[in-house]
Amino acid sequence: MNAADSAFRVCPTTGLKVHKDADALIKANAVVATVALLVGGIAAILVLLTRWQAVHLLSDVMFYRWLTIHGMNMLIFFILFFEMAVLYFASAVLLNCRVAGPKFAWAAFVLMVAGAGLVEWTTFTGRADVLFTSYVPLRAHPAFYLGVILFAVGAIIVTTIFFSTLVIAKRERTYTGSVPLVTFGAITAAIIAAITLLHGAAIYIPTFLWSVGVMNVDPQIYRLVWWGLGHSSQQINVAAMVSIWYLLGALTAGAVVLNEKISRTAFVLYILFISMASAHHLLVDPGFGPSWKIVNTSYFMYMAVLASMLHGFTVPAGIEMGMRLRGFTEGIFGWLRRAPWGDPGFSALCLSVVVFGFVGGITGVTFGTEQINIIAHNTLRIPGHFHATVVSGTAMAFMGITYYVIPLIFRKKVAFYGMARWQPYVFAIGMLIFSLSMTFVGTFGVPRRHYDISFAGAPFGVEFSPATDLMMGLMAIGGLIAALGGGMYILITVWSVFFGAPLGADCTDKALRGSVPPGVYARPFMELPKTEVELKEHGRLGVAPGTMVLVFVFLVAFVVYYFANWKLLSDTWQIG
Amino acid sequence: MWWKPVHRSERIWFTIAFIWCMILFAMMPLWHLRGGQNPSGTRARVEPSAYVARVQQFVRDYGTGATDGGIPVVAPPAGADIYLLGAQFQWTPVLQLEQGAEYTLHLSSLDVNHGFNLFPFNVNFQVVPGYDYGLRVIPTEAGSYSILCNEFCGIGHHLMVGRVIVNPVGTASAPEASPAAAGGGQ
Ligand code: HEM
Ligand SMILES: [Cu+2]
Ligand SMILES: [Cu+2]
Repeated sequence: MNAADSAFRVCPTTGLKVHKDADALIKANAVVATVALLVGGIAAILVLLTRWQAVHLLSDVMFYRWLTIHGMNMLIFFILFFEMAVLYFASAVLLNCRVAGPKFAWAAFVLMVAGAGLVEWTTFTGRADVLFTSYVPLRAHPAFYLGVILFAVGAIIVTTIFFSTLVIAKRERTYTGSVPLVTFGAITAAIIAAITLLHGAAIYIPTFLWSVGVMNVDPQIYRLVWWGLGHSSQQINVAAMVSIWYLLGALTAGAVVLNEKISRTAFVLYILFISMASAHHLLVDPGFGPSWKIVNTSYFMYMAVLASMLHGFTVPAGIEMGMRLRGFTEGIFGWLRRAPWGDPGFSALCLSVVVFGFVGGITGVTFGTEQINIIAHNTLRIPGHFHATVVSGTAMAFMGITYYVIPLIFRKKVAFYGMARWQPYVFAIGMLIFSLSMTFVGTFGVPRRHYDISFAGAPFGVEFSPATDLMMGLMAIGGLIAALGGGMYILITVWSVFFGAPLGADCTDKALRGSVPPGVYARPFMELPKTEVELKEHGRLGVAPGTMVLVFVFLVAFVVYYFANWKLLSDTWQIG
Repeated sequence: MWWKPVHRSERIWFTIAFIWCMILFAMMPLWHLRGGQNPSGTRARVEPSAYVARVQQFVRDYGTGATDGGIPVVAPPAGADIYLLGAQFQWTPVLQLEQGAEYTLHLSSLDVNHGFNLFPFNVNFQVVPGYDYGLRVIPTEAGSYSILCNEFCGIGHHLMVGRVIVNPVGTASAPEASPAAAGGGQ
């Protein structure tokens, strides 16, 4: 089933009725997410301009404080509030159902906002200069841990509501057949969220008690359980992102799902193998032996990596086949040339897939190898990696879907639509420069989370090679471009939602062209031709030859980068 | 939809991706057998106070003086167990090693998490209070190296730098290995 068919009619007269609570909950969560993005973005610029040694903006105390603010607001508040909105959307809206227990939903929202508020208060007032990982025994004010707990409890309630809504939809038969793939993906995300949040409770409640002097927390156990929260939550992001990939593919290019079995199986692999991934943060920790490290980091033999490689194929292949079915059959890449590159939903999708896969995926699997981690752990290679995954991948996908959420949920035109068409490119190109230069400079051993690599005032002098300065400069420029892209996004969304022109009742091409992405009104484009079109097999390359070529380029890049790192490792001291 | 057969191209990619994942997996045990760099080591719990006592004993046994800044300098014989302590915001002691000799390098912390980053080799390990990480190391090149702290350990984190000096084979006490040189610079 094409996700777009079941979900999107824009005209209030002909469309799905979006339940009023779902509507308001999605809006509330999206607004708070954007506020967090703004705070995190300001922090990003300050931190960036400090790491750029030529500017070195902040004092040491303020640097670590703003870094804590950046991590918490971006990774925790922006991403999770947005994901709460995604959960309401994938359940109530996509299944055309009411939200289970709207009172609880609002209570959960209030809890999450209150928790976030406590965290903001403690960090901004210098009561929690511990970075977002808050490794025990670094000590923050108890209210900091309490804030995280309240936030997590709220999120647990939302996942419960999500599942209850699914049950209601099933019982009230608001949809037919099996749930759409997008909802299936969201179910995956919600299941992982439940696992994640339990880890969160398991670590933050003891840590809160420790902070008020009631009990002890072992630093190594803390790292183990904390990453059960910290890493699994990244897998929520991946599952949510991949769901949005499928959704955007259908909306913007009429993508089909090649084979539901494969795509759904790949989601199940995430659930089965993800909770082990906490281990790849502990590869060079003293608390665990080699067999534990090997089995757990490889997410049990890389079955979750396999899942991502499958999605990385089926998403572009689905787009390719959708385009081919609509007549764009010329050559191997004709469909790609003729794709709607001016649709910010589509460009965001493609950039998200490419940067996530080529930069984030390849570096992630490589650095997460037990031994290679020795030359990556806690260097700038790590933030280089995750700004390519959670930022260029997840955040980019969230931005892309926003351009559809504005007309479809908020029922507003997209303000500054001309700028919106550029926004994904600006953000992605900036992020690409930023994360590649960070990854590169990390190979020289430049530590992450570090105020001053000129080491002024340190007991011994340390000289990084001049190449380092150059790359840190590039990193700053890339980061600033990305920040500009982020600023454009915030301006567009805030303006559209609060001051934007309403969509009105006229949903024709003419009324909407140039003010919302084409996938919203170009319904005929979405419709498949009436007669079954035979998909041509292109020799060995199969039904999606372009995608086949692309994934092989990806594989070659992966193999080269992976083995280059083994070579790099073999050049250091012998250690064992 | 659910019952449609899998496309051939999907099958091909699935197979290749699966094989690649198996290779990724196999590389790790293989490197334990054949490779020179593994993070296994010996791992044990240790009370921070007990670990500090070991470091002090180590300095008494093999100490050769101190840097200008008062950090002890130690020149252990080949094959020795060597003890490095991370504490806010200093690495103790300064180590003088011999190129090509094997040592067991112990890492632990007095207070919070620290990070061991051997500069410029970019060799990184986590240093966790309460745990003794014993890594067999063979310094393969002579020279003067730094230990950067790569885990945020408090506001002085970026000032936490230590020193390792590796003397070329057969020069037990090269001029550059003198305590003064070790503590040189600032
Ligand atoms: C405009 C875009 C952004 C810029 C320029 C930027 C820049 C930076 C910089 C310079 C650092 C510090 C690296 C270090 O010294 O270790 C950092 C850390 C980090 N960033 Fe971003 N960032 C951006 C967006 C994001 C987003 C959207 C997220 C999450 C969704 C994010 C998550 C993080 C996290 C988790 C850290 C690590 C904090 C820590 O080590 O405690 N960033 N970022
Ligand atoms: Cu330290
Ligand atoms: Cu430190």
